[in-house]
Amino acid sequence: MFKYLKQLTSLVAMVAVLFTFTTETMAAKKSKTLKNTQKKGFVRCGVSQGLPGFSNADAAGNWTGIDVDVCRAVAAAVLGDANKVKFTPLSAKERFTALTSGEIDILSRNTTWTLSRDADIGLTFVGVNFYDGQGFMVRKSSGITSTSQFKDGISACTNIGTTTELNMRDFFNSKGISYEPVAFEKADEVVAAYDAGRCDTYTTDKSGLAAQRTKMSNPDEHIVLPETVSKEPLGPVVRQGDSVWEDIVRWSLNAMIEAEEYGITSANADSMKTSDNPAVKRLVGAEGELGAAFGLDNEWSLRIIKQVGNYGESYKRNIADTGILPDRGPNELWTKGGILYVPPAR
Amino acid sequence: MELKLQKIIPQLITVLVVVLVFGFFTYNAQINMENRGIDFGYGFLSQESSFDVQFSLIEYDGSHSYFRAYLVGLLNTILVSVIGIIIATILGVIVGVARLSPNYLINQFAAFYVEFFRNIPLLLQIFFWYFAALRALPLPQDADAILGVFFLTIKGLYVPAFVWENLNVFLYSIIAAIIAIVVIRIHARKVQETQGKQLPVFWISVGLIFILPLLSFLVGGVSLSFEIPKLKQLATTSFKYEGGISLPPELIALTLSLALYTATFIAECVRAGIQGVGKGQKEAAASIGLNPNQVLKLVVMPQALRIIIPPTTNQYLNLTKNSSLAAAIAYPDLVLVFAGTALMQTGKAIEIVSITMLTYLSLSISISILMNWYNKKIAIKEK
Repeated sequence: MFKYLKQLTSLVAMVAVLFTFTTETMAAKKSKTLKNTQKKGFVRCGVSQGLPGFSNADAAGNWTGIDVDVCRAVAAAVLGDANKVKFTPLSAKERFTALTSGEIDILSRNTTWTLSRDADIGLTFVGVNFYDGQGFMVRKSSGITSTSQFKDGISACTNIGTTTELNMRDFFNSKGISYEPVAFEKADEVVAAYDAGRCDTYTTDKSGLAAQRTKMSNPDEHIVLPETVSKEPLGPVVRQGDSVWEDIVRWSLNAMIEAEEYGITSANADSMKTSDNPAVKRLVGAEGELGAAFGLDNEWSLRIIKQVGNYGESYKRNIADTGILPDRGPNELWTKGGILYVPPAR
Repeated sequence: MELKLQKIIPQLITVLVVVLVFGFFTYNAQINMENRGIDFGYGFLSQESSFDVQFSLIEYDGSHSYFRAYLVGLLNTILVSVIGIIIATILGVIVGVARLSPNYLINQFAAFYVEFFRNIPLLLQIFFWYFAALRALPLPQDADAILGVFFLTIKGLYVPAFVWENLNVFLYSIIAAIIAIVVIRIHARKVQETQGKQLPVFWISVGLIFILPLLSFLVGGVSLSFEIPKLKQLATTSFKYEGGISLPPELIALTLSLALYTATFIAECVRAGIQGVGKGQKEAAASIGLNPNQVLKLVVMPQALRIIIPPTTNQYLNLTKNSSLAAAIAYPDLVLVFAGTALMQTGKAIEIVSITMLTYLSLSISISILMNWYNKKIAIKEK
């Protein structure tokens, strides 16, 4: 019998180990995510596999982009250092599972906010950091200058698992045009196939088209058609069920936008502490107790502005200066003719 | 008694562990899903899918259900697997036999082929055939016709479609030919067993399979014409072919890479099988007066097949499972359509992944059962 005793004990030990691992994660705390993040010392952020302007890694592995900046802002607010982020590149297909399964804590991956995603699959969208719409890219030599020139049998390259696939169907159906959808899992392969001539048109969010165009073998041979066929508000997403973490991410983004509205930049943030405007003073932590509501200190937003910059700085650095979309279009402040409008931080 | 207990206890423990582990994961998944407000259920299968698929064997568009999308993916997986298995088997047998050829050039070429293709990762080969071949192929407007009717372009291979009249008469004639061949074979065997005479069964079979369908054309009113693909202009520099049948380049690249890769392994199985038959067997067969064809057919092959079949079954299973790499090059197989797009649109990860896993399991088991049945059939029947 002794022989089995040994096997039995190791078995019991194995099961016990499995259980201890999970009781930790199952315990419900007020903001489990915040606590875990502070314990680990970095923010776990899901980004794209490489979309210039939004989230793109250089040769040295440094991530840049406006989606990346949202995660950096949260790291600055929560951990005091915008560089304490661990980026996980995800395909469109993997992204929600990675978030709901707890592999990442913020999904900042040019993700469209829709009702079914928000309500159905255990996600919560916290805001919009880029207002986009779906468009089409074609070769200049094709002579097409408008989607009204599309003809039956056109082949369209796109990504799987995106709203693009659904919008494309709605668009072609409403025009009564038959089309051949060619859907790839990764964006790089879509670009390669379209560039090789497999498809007549490449469709995705217009910002994506502008960004991917820079990756083509000869960008000047392609144009993005003027029509926008859908609304694509892109924004960061968190898991449902941790409302404190949700608030932290939402207000980190809002703080960046509001900072631009009040003219607070990474350069002048410290001097703004003595501003006459109480709204400005609240944002740089010189007045009020805003951070306490999330369990953070009072300089959370000051750190965001100093380390990451305001929304305008982020946009200029990542999207305008890189030549992707120099014109801010709807992504301009409401005070300057755009639709960026965030609730007041007070 | 002691012995019996010793046998039962480890088994009981194993069962207990399996149940505990599965129970633990199910329980944990339930708790986690509840915490995150995710519903579990298969109701989504009947909802409208609202996405289109590039290539489908059954009628499908976005207004059909997710279940229909699942079927589309499944059929596409089966299609690429079946074509892949057929090509891989033919190629594998040829290469396997060629490796044993006394001709130095032939056997070295076969050996090179095997070593080259089986030592490069399959995904890389798929990418090669898709992207390299894609770039090398002409645009539709630049493509030259092959044999006047085939067009191989970057948008796919366009072949003429058959336009049949009285197709059923033609099919009946083929069925009649097959029945006649079976009857003649049975009769020939009887003649050989009773009189020792051999009938030229092969030539009779060939004749029947050609003459009967031919008759259906001459007197049965069957007629066949071809619809040849025609170039259509979509925009100044954008063309496609219309009419005929179009095979997407994704299907061609995937089938080609799967077949070329798997054929190398089958070739090795075939070589092992043939070499596994003792030299004495061939000599003994020759000594009782069988001609070389009969030696191969009656003595070598039956013994070699027993060695070839089990490892080849593995290769068929591998090919079927490897077809899931289709997702990388946009071929709409089960993984791309169902475990890809459908999963994304519904967010039902656990449900969809479990269905997909079960489907692959059933596919593999079906192939196994079929091959095991064949293996049993050709096994030595000891009397």
